[in-house]
Amino acid sequence: MGREQDEERRFLPLFVLLNFPDTKMANDSTKTMPPASGQFGDRAFKWLTLAMALVIFVLIGLIGIELFHGSRLALQKFGWHFLTSSDWDPVNDRYGALPFIFGTLISSVIALVIAVPISIATAVYLTELAPVWLRQPLTMFIELLAAVPSVILGLWGIFVMVPWLRVHLFPWLQKVFGFLPIFGGPIYGVSVLAGGIIVAIMIVPIITSVSREILRSVPGLQREAAYALGATRWEVTRIAVLSYARKGLFGAVILGLGRALGETMAVTMVIGNSPQIVKSLFAPGYTLASVIANEFNEATGDLYPSALFEIGLVLLAVTVLVNIVAQLLLKTFAGPSVKPQN
Amino acid sequence: MINAIKLTNLANMKKIILSILCAGSFFAAQADVPTITGAGSTFDYPAFTKWFDAYSKVDGSVRFNYQSIGSGGGIKGLTSQTVDFGASDAPMKDEAMAAAPGKILHLPIVAGGVAVIYNLPGNPKLKLDGEILAGIYLGNINKWNDPKITALNPGIDLPGTSIIPVHRSDGSGTSFIFTDFLSAVNPAWADSVGKGSMVPWPVGVGLGAKGSEGVAGQVKQLPGAIGYAELAYANQNKIPYADMKNSTGNFVSPTPDSVSAALATAKVPEDFRFSMVNAPGEKAYPISGASWVLVYQHPKKAEVGRKLVGFLKWAITEGQKLSPSLDYAPLPEEVQKRELALLETIK
Repeated sequence: MGREQDEERRFLPLFVLLNFPDTKMANDSTKTMPPASGQFGDRAFKWLTLAMALVIFVLIGLIGIELFHGSRLALQKFGWHFLTSSDWDPVNDRYGALPFIFGTLISSVIALVIAVPISIATAVYLTELAPVWLRQPLTMFIELLAAVPSVILGLWGIFVMVPWLRVHLFPWLQKVFGFLPIFGGPIYGVSVLAGGIIVAIMIVPIITSVSREILRSVPGLQREAAYALGATRWEVTRIAVLSYARKGLFGAVILGLGRALGETMAVTMVIGNSPQIVKSLFAPGYTLASVIANEFNEATGDLYPSALFEIGLVLLAVTVLVNIVAQLLLKTFAGPSVKPQN
Repeated sequence: MINAIKLTNLANMKKIILSILCAGSFFAAQADVPTITGAGSTFDYPAFTKWFDAYSKVDGSVRFNYQSIGSGGGIKGLTSQTVDFGASDAPMKDEAMAAAPGKILHLPIVAGGVAVIYNLPGNPKLKLDGEILAGIYLGNINKWNDPKITALNPGIDLPGTSIIPVHRSDGSGTSFIFTDFLSAVNPAWADSVGKGSMVPWPVGVGLGAKGSEGVAGQVKQLPGAIGYAELAYANQNKIPYADMKNSTGNFVSPTPDSVSAALATAKVPEDFRFSMVNAPGEKAYPISGASWVLVYQHPKKAEVGRKLVGFLKWAITEGQKLSPSLDYAPLPEEVQKRELALLETIK
């Protein structure tokens, strides 16, 4: 049993492992391995893998430097004002990123609100409740969804999802919840909410797959102990499984959030591309990634491309910041997890 | 010992890389057919594709590689000399030309019309003018039964629904022609928005959609929407388009002929950097624009330059016969002659 779990854990993403309570045990076991001195192969292996791991840091560093270099002109001209201005005027060379930052954060939050409950419920069903013969085919379908190219989802969004939202879902939402400002205003179909929904569809497979792996690696002993105490199936899932795995699940959500922040093509096609900050989720919006995709091709002159580079820099910064905040939240609220009993 | 092994590995690595590089240059040397590379406008791309194919029967000793990365990219490629020619839907600005390493010539290569498309019950044939269009995109005219619109369309029962203006969200030559027209006919538009392949569309008025297919798709789906797209897109998607009032007061439909009429009557300066919106001809369609091929007067690679001139001469004359089938307007003969004379100066 324990051996099998170790096998599985190797395939989990690195930082999910870091958030997972059981990894301390895995770290301990590496310490007890015989020293590798004298064995050239092991040493070479260690340095090689270290080099590969460092490549990621170097890459991110280079991307940051390149973005900084490219946005030099815009940085000099606008300074911090770039982040607080709502101007986006290529004709008169005035640029500001605020509506794009707003749109990126809002559409990602909507995506998470929709995707997280669906994903975690699906993962729980797949690991705890589904009959064994159904698990494999269902998992396969979910992973298939992750393989659908962004532009295909976007086209489907334009021609199928958006008309349906405009004719059915949005008018209903407005009728029932119209007193809330977020569901007010005219309905076009393409909107911040449509953008959020399409991103939700894209991140559900990621969050589900990772969550499923995490739930699967919860030791069977946990469940058996809870059953032995007379817990119902719901109580077992809640106390023994979900609470044990919550750090890992949080990690899965962060993975999904990372994808949501950077998602470009499908969002561009359904969000309406209007750089404005409004209360209504039915109004069109704009994201950082979308404005780069839309405008970089035809950006002439010096300042205009530079401003788009700075948008890229802002996107990188937003992603890093959101991840740091998420890690802090995790430390503050998730608290220490239940320690494994063996 | 470890270092020694590392070093021999490194040496092996170098050998492998070297041999790969050698193989690459060997194959490159084999292909001695000159390749002309170009980059730029997506608006021209269908024309180039058709021309390259047809021209291979005229001169088989040359190959073409055109990347439709957008006009901005074409200008960048030309000024950094990574391509032999650029293609742009807007003429280059003086500063950009001054910054280039050599003298750049503008050659109009295709002309096209931008159709104003809409979605109304019963698909009536509307008549519109520049003032109404500017009013709609500024957000001042927002109902279909606005008195200004009904005055131009007396027989049509227009609904009181909202007008949803749709614009291109990506930088585009189509937007350039459209906003060039609105700026030419409406001072308020020229002051507050201006012209360009990407302009600050009035915030809170309508939507932005990516690509001509995006605009056409939104207009087709959204009742009450209005948009603009190249004529070819409107025709392919069977979306009704408006007759536009031109500078002589006539209402004209966008067709290759009416765009040609605009080009024939537009004032074309010596350097061919002109705007043909709101041209004075009686049959001229007012929202028309040209697209330019950009070349250096003194190309860096003489052989490629000669081949390129040969192709351009053909495209400007014979190639124009293929234009109407792609919904472009052929260049008038007078413009063709002047361009041929300019091509003679390239060496």
